[in-house]
Amino acid sequence: MMTSGPLIRAKSVSRHFSLPRGEVLRAVDQMSLDIAPREILGLVGESGSGKTTFGKTLVGLLDRTQGEVWFGDELLPARYTPKDFARFATRSQMIFQDPYSSLNPRMTVGEIIAEGPRLHDRASRANLKDLVAEWLARVGLHPDHASRYPHEFSGGQRQRIGIARALILEPEFVVCDEPISALDVSVQAQVVNLLGDLKASLGLTLLFIAHDLSMVRYVSDRMGVMYLGTLVEIGDADDVFFEPKHPYTKLLISANPEPDPRKERSRTATTIKGEIPSPTGLGNACPFASRCPKVMEACRAERPALRPVENRLVACHLFE
Amino acid sequence: MTRPLLEVEDLAVEFDTHGGTVKAVRGVSFSLQEGQTLAVVGESGCGKSVCVQSLVGLIPMPPGRITKGSARLHGEEILGYETLGGKRVRGQMIGMIFQDPMTSLNPTMRIGDQIAEPLCLHRGMRRRDARKRAIELLELSQVAEATKRARQYPFEFSGGMLQRVMIACALACEPRILIADEPTTALDVTIQAQILSLMRDLQQERRMSLILITHDLGVVAQMADEVVVMYAGKVVETGSSDDIFYSSGHPYTQGLKSAMPQNQDRRAQRLEPIAGSPPDLFDPPQGCGYFDRCPQAMRVCEQHHPPDVALGKPLHRCACWLHDERASDDD
Repeated sequence: MMTSGPLIRAKSVSRHFSLPRGEVLRAVDQMSLDIAPREILGLVGESGSGKTTFGKTLVGLLDRTQGEVWFGDELLPARYTPKDFARFATRSQMIFQDPYSSLNPRMTVGEIIAEGPRLHDRASRANLKDLVAEWLARVGLHPDHASRYPHEFSGGQRQRIGIARALILEPEFVVCDEPISALDVSVQAQVVNLLGDLKASLGLTLLFIAHDLSMVRYVSDRMGVMYLGTLVEIGDADDVFFEPKHPYTKLLISANPEPDPRKERSRTATTIKGEIPSPTGLGNACPFASRCPKVMEACRAERPALRPVENRLVACHLFE
Repeated sequence: MTRPLLEVEDLAVEFDTHGGTVKAVRGVSFSLQEGQTLAVVGESGCGKSVCVQSLVGLIPMPPGRITKGSARLHGEEILGYETLGGKRVRGQMIGMIFQDPMTSLNPTMRIGDQIAEPLCLHRGMRRRDARKRAIELLELSQVAEATKRARQYPFEFSGGMLQRVMIACALACEPRILIADEPTTALDVTIQAQILSLMRDLQQERRMSLILITHDLGVVAQMADEVVVMYAGKVVETGSSDDIFYSSGHPYTQGLKSAMPQNQDRRAQRLEPIAGSPPDLFDPPQGCGYFDRCPQAMRVCEQHHPPDVALGKPLHRCACWLHDERASDDD
């Protein structure tokens, strides 16, 4: 495997869905980004911006309509066959948002966690039990929990089970799709710290999808902002969070309330108007043109490409 | 200080379930001043929703039961007051909006009719007048093309728009108090900012009081004058927003704050989670509910309920043994 260069390279990845009456929903449209080995890339955006769809195309849970995804020096198939899953599931995994619906209620926790290594012949039957016990302990649960069912656990504990299931195969790359949104604040920190520790000990590369901007900033090395299926800005997490460039990023971050009453009182409210439009029939305009406070003629005529602006990439005509 | 608009005293609510009796709210007191915003914060299962639902008579009884306490609005008792008169007081004086607007509106009824319903019921308005008023209320909540939208059904609205409809519904009878139970939890931050600013404008315009239930301390910082922090069915700390954020006295409130990213430069901060999980309210602990998770727990905390101690500032109170004068400094 190459050690230099990115671990994941997405080149103009699109995922379109056909709707009745010949319409096309461009959930993800020509997304390009790289993720370096051992990097945590945070991905933020409103619901409907295509974050989850993009994450799923990276691990083969959704087919790609166009574009390429490279895993190291290997091109991932646009549509996974069962063989591809067998090959890549040990290298890339996903942690899901909803710890309630993503665990099979009829399997014990031990069966859920053991399923990966069992299918991939990673351990003999005897070793499997030890392996499961080891992983339960690693994510802060008790080895005795293996014989229980998911409904016996709280949301935070279930999310730990989901993490153990994803990481037991020791993948290189993990897509975490809103792993903490369903959890209480006090438990969010437990799960975030756990992910951080496991990332350090296993050398993981993570795509961390979430809508909690402060948390993404805290967790991530770099941060990408999605709007209607495309990336509008990507750069160092602190740079993007503290000095946003793209008008959408600015509005998104100014809408994020901070747990500090004095700051909140002195804040000049700039609320973004309207709602995210439907990702059908966008044509060639900048996807943000309909809500942008700084919209120009060029924005309606041509979609801006991602260009380097200072220390990051921004897709906006303002910076040309 | 003027007399509070709403005074809740020692409220307790239980639910009978197959597994036993859940003591969801265990003696909660707070008061709400005219025109103020009171935020009730706490994690899921701490009893914050049950608490306000009992104020508006939304606790299903059975299995629910208000075992003790009182709630006075303008000095008039509104709890467990199931006469028509009681319902009328609540229906007209208190408006409520919920977390999930999709399931709290009737999917088979036109939006306009749903807003008009309380007007016919509580105000005795005629249908036609009520419909007209419904359109005005939608405009007030900044729903574009209100006349057309009033004839549509909930599925034709986005989540943010439905929350505006809920606000229009809640404001129909011009209540003195608006209760918002996690009004923006299901919404994106951009839409959340719109809804919060709408609620603030309406509140100022109408000099309403607002009870905001949330687990998001950012929203609390933005909206609240006063804050009630709940844990395991009890109030652990109350105070002004500044008291709670800058000089909180309870280890739980402090724990919540250090569990959140502080938006400071570079990653100087490691999140400090609160270990463990909240206690089982089937069999609530004898002493302090936070005992198991508290980094500063003392022996007394396990056995005895902490007293409610005033902390200097007029409204700042905290239920913790650390602030009791008998607590020694040697921990």
